[in-house]
Amino acid sequence: MTRAVHQSTPHDSASLHVAGSARYIDDIPEPPGTLHVYVAQSPHAHAKLITLDLEAVKRAPDVVAVLTAQDIPGTNDCSPVMGDDPVFISSHALYCGQSLFAVAARSRDAARRAASLAVAQWEPLPALLTIEDAMAAESYVLDTRTLERGDVDHALQNAEHTLSERFHIGGQDHFYLEGQACLVVPSEDGGVHVRSSTQHPTEVQHTVAKVLGLADHAVTCEVRRMGGGFGGKESQPALFASIAALVAHHTGKPAKVRLDRDDDMVMTGKRHDFRVDFTVGFDASGVIAGVDVVHAVRCGMSADLSAAIADRAVFHADNCYHLPAARIRSFRCLTHTVSNTAFRGFGGPQGMLGMEQIIAAVAAHLGLDPLEVRRRNFYRPGADTTPYGMVVEDFVADQIVDELADSADYSERRAAIVAYNASDAAAATGIRRGIALTPVKFGISFTTTHLNQAGALVQLYSDGSVLLNHGGTEMGQGLHIKVAQVVAEVFGIALDRVRPSSTRTDKVPNTSATAASSGSDLNGMAALRAAETIRDRLAVVAAERFNCAPEDLTFADGTVSCADQHLPFDALVKAAYLARVSLSATGFYATPKIHYDAERFQGRPFYYFAYGAAISEVSVDTLTGEYRVDRVDILHDAGRSLNPAIDLGQVEGGFIQGMGWLTTEELWWDSAGRLRTHAPSTYKIPTAGDRPRDVRMALWDQGENREDTVHKSKAVGEPPLMLAISVLQALQEAIWAESSQAGMLLDSPATPERLLMALASQHNE
Amino acid sequence: MNQPTTRQGVAFLLNGERVDLESIPPTLTLLNWLRDTQRLTGTKEGCAEGDCGACSVVVAEWIDGDLRYRAINACIVFVATLDAKAVITVEHLSQFGALHPVQRNLVEQHGSQCGFCTPGIVMSLFARVQNRDKQPLEDTLAGNLCRCTGYGPILDAANAVDADFAHAMFEPQHQHLRRELATLQHDEHITLEHPEGSFFAPRTTAELARLLQRHPDATLLAGGTDVGLWVTKQQQTFEVLISTARLNGMNAVKREAGWLEIGAACTYSDALQALGELHPAIKALVRRIGSTQIRNSGTVVGNIANGSPIGDMPPALIALDASVVLEREEGTRELALQDYFIDYGKQAIERGEFVRAIQVPPLDSRAHVGCYKISKRFEQDISAVSAGFYLELDSDGRVVEIRLAYGGMAATPKRAIHTEQALRGSVFNEASVIGALSALDTDFTPLSDWRASARYRKLVAGNLLRKFAREVATGQSIDLWPASETPS
Repeated sequence: MTRAVHQSTPHDSASLHVAGSARYIDDIPEPPGTLHVYVAQSPHAHAKLITLDLEAVKRAPDVVAVLTAQDIPGTNDCSPVMGDDPVFISSHALYCGQSLFAVAARSRDAARRAASLAVAQWEPLPALLTIEDAMAAESYVLDTRTLERGDVDHALQNAEHTLSERFHIGGQDHFYLEGQACLVVPSEDGGVHVRSSTQHPTEVQHTVAKVLGLADHAVTCEVRRMGGGFGGKESQPALFASIAALVAHHTGKPAKVRLDRDDDMVMTGKRHDFRVDFTVGFDASGVIAGVDVVHAVRCGMSADLSAAIADRAVFHADNCYHLPAARIRSFRCLTHTVSNTAFRGFGGPQGMLGMEQIIAAVAAHLGLDPLEVRRRNFYRPGADTTPYGMVVEDFVADQIVDELADSADYSERRAAIVAYNASDAAAATGIRRGIALTPVKFGISFTTTHLNQAGALVQLYSDGSVLLNHGGTEMGQGLHIKVAQVVAEVFGIALDRVRPSSTRTDKVPNTSATAASSGSDLNGMAALRAAETIRDRLAVVAAERFNCAPEDLTFADGTVSCADQHLPFDALVKAAYLARVSLSATGFYATPKIHYDAERFQGRPFYYFAYGAAISEVSVDTLTGEYRVDRVDILHDAGRSLNPAIDLGQVEGGFIQGMGWLTTEELWWDSAGRLRTHAPSTYKIPTAGDRPRDVRMALWDQGENREDTVHKSKAVGEPPLMLAISVLQALQEAIWAESSQAGMLLDSPATPERLLMALASQHNE
Repeated sequence: MNQPTTRQGVAFLLNGERVDLESIPPTLTLLNWLRDTQRLTGTKEGCAEGDCGACSVVVAEWIDGDLRYRAINACIVFVATLDAKAVITVEHLSQFGALHPVQRNLVEQHGSQCGFCTPGIVMSLFARVQNRDKQPLEDTLAGNLCRCTGYGPILDAANAVDADFAHAMFEPQHQHLRRELATLQHDEHITLEHPEGSFFAPRTTAELARLLQRHPDATLLAGGTDVGLWVTKQQQTFEVLISTARLNGMNAVKREAGWLEIGAACTYSDALQALGELHPAIKALVRRIGSTQIRNSGTVVGNIANGSPIGDMPPALIALDASVVLEREEGTRELALQDYFIDYGKQAIERGEFVRAIQVPPLDSRAHVGCYKISKRFEQDISAVSAGFYLELDSDGRVVEIRLAYGGMAATPKRAIHTEQALRGSVFNEASVIGALSALDTDFTPLSDWRASARYRKLVAGNLLRKFAREVATGQSIDLWPASETPS
């Protein structure tokens, strides 16, 4: 029997991608009369708007409409949760790049040129730009949260050793290759059809309805695919969809917003930067007795999704390690910078990096191999409860780490590197090497429990072909092919008989964002149930014909069989249609078992954990701070993978993206709060040449989800990003080889400058 | 050559079909024309500044009786400069229903995820295959950013392409392009008149000089890798735009008595071989300038003429004692390159003058040369600091001749005169370099910006000299990834 799941099938759009025929928002043929919208922005980080004179803008050639906050018929808000993200500034600018007004014109160029003719008078106000500014001013966008378990003060006071350190973790721009884009077509009855590059069509629908003052049913949002998302198209598209919808509403014409790269990078939120302070108490063998951790999180000018993001950082402040006593305080800093947002890992990476740096500091302090310290602190039976009270039932990081350390010769290579670093050759060239192994344990489920639901609509046509629709969106991660595989498996038909289609809010309503790595867990299960509903109906028809029990039927290889009786699937479908059997069905899924008391920070927020481990080896030129990642070995648990090739793509892509976050991707604001790294010329994501020369990567062959997920698979979107923590720690090891004082923690991104200055400060000590 | 005549308009091939355009805005980009006018939307806009490669298309040019295929960034190339060339977009590769081997391999190796960068990657790889290009694969792809895959499957797909089969498959189109392009070659000057501005592409330097005399405020356009951004990022328009790209005989490196003369229209790709043969350090540097697409468009002369303080090439060329040849109607003059740069945005060039060529003197085989580029990312980045060092030692190891030129340390590329002075006559080794480093503080007061802090710039500038001393002492370059070990 040919299986559809667990196969390395190419992405369903791959042949369209390579031919250039896959359509993104800006590729859709524009309806006649489409207006192009430019969004003008605040030049100030914090200022009061005194006057805004748009007469010259309105008179500029080819301008059709100019819209401000006064032109919003509904609510001037496009925030996901808290009501604090205005579509247009009405009185105060809260970040440099904030949306001020929109110009709709007959061409992009005309709109953009016209926007520059506006005359605005501002009263600049003092701006808080950094975490330090906000912490000093006690400027918070959300309440400070503390997770505490055990007697931390007692544990630290009685520990054999304690260490206290501070380090900074930089943010990250998503740099999806397709920028934010949206095309809105007004409908005959005052509604709008919104085509958006969004991970969250339902939120775009609801926000547009709210801004236009319409009922949700008057707005349809559709997305076929995104040119990358990574979290940057979860809450961010709502602003641009709202603006395009406003233009369509006011002019009656189709309207398109498609951001230039610079505007995109200036206007949209990024990964949160963190300052982490910790005190750790431990014994001579490196076993941790307690930690006191403080996260200072730069949220920017509004809450956006920061509450859940900062919470997830707290949930991952343990990573794979048992903390008998832990206090994690999380300060959510309000600054006059763009509101930071979801980004692959959603706070998890920062929380996890914090813990891994604690391990590194402990190991350096004791002169131990950090891998030993890791092993001594792993969760294990009897020491398996997280600080938030969830029992880790599925811990396999220890097994994965053992297998990886073995297959990659970690110990031998580490010994060789230590010897090399002490050699004359290393002294002569100034090149030092480093190696690090770091594990990942990542909690799977939205921590906002009600979001863990999904719907699907499966339509079986009378020729036996299937149109598949579900609430998940395709951003390149291969969700549509994986869900199609699940559906093909149910019917026992060839994959090409199942056609994934656009995600539309008028087909599957009230969906959650495609986020939190949950896409195939949730939508795969919903589609599975929808398909099973139809298959059960078909089974009744087939059982009658074969004169057998429905449960004795098999659906495989395009044939429905009962013992030696066979019927082609398509023929059965035709028969069912003629017998007036419904051939479409919805499916619904809500993740079981999860519960979480947000007030007390306790519960089981996650259905299960995904695991992985990586070993990175690097070379650093200690004269310049330049470096290369020479080799990486990765072993990652995707459960019983629905599609190993697609999942490995997530592993490798996530690792390289995480490496960029921690190495070359530096966001740099000037003293006026202007982002100066707002294009690929200044903001450097990894290139093909940055990929380690030697990449050895595998899915863990023992992987199997112990929970009842779709075909026992595990989520894989976010967890691999955190495998790149091994790169930062390998760089740190290389730096420490140069120094008599190992243990100084590197800030990230660890640019060549940061490495060289770290070396210089050590030399000066 | 007879006095060339002038023709109005441009003619080129788009996916094998002839296109004649008589009046277009001089700054209309190829990308906008493809997407908005031709509705060929396979070519994507990712950054509109030539840094991401999503807009990569291939331009075939008629060179010495054959076609040369090169990937370029359509976002910063003006349609007006395409005369007598053939533009190939991703739509052309699979036009007969069958995917090109590059495309098919990308599908089979899972080389696309979101797919937005994919057409550009297809075109970069197609050009590589079609040209039987042997440069390291990561050089081919340095200008194509992918945010999803981590590149592994793309490299696997590229490595698996059977070039002979790919050639055979494209052969009918190749022959068609050859035939059609042959008919488009000519020696005329080109003008384009449009309400937004005038465009000239003279065929001779004499005509260029004449045009500049008549339009002294004209903007000169070479490869457009800078000027293109003035248009896409700043919405600049130009009353008169004059392109150097068609200057006959100026698109190659001439060698005479050991001297190199790099003509005004010579791209980095055209110059790569000749410059690389000068010294391995220069070859390694040129590989890191921009990306393949940028080197295919950007010119060496343009990189100098625009006076950027952070251009990668000027420090190396100053160290090599290169000079610029300036021309205008009254005649030509030569100027040491180091004297060409006066201050930020100010060069020693008169109204009506243009940089006709760069001349590089023969390199003494006993000389030591070091070229360095410090940037956040190894490939396709703008340098924080760049350096070009030239050194001659006597038999006792004492410094006879020394030129230490830096970029990123001042408002212009500049020599470290005091540091040179401190080292001249002394034995050259790391110790003497360390002793001379205080002079570097006299030479430079660098700025802090998003590329680097002043402190780092100073520290690394000195350390590069220390690194050079170590390399001179051993005769071995210190590379994290020696080129020979680079996977292809």
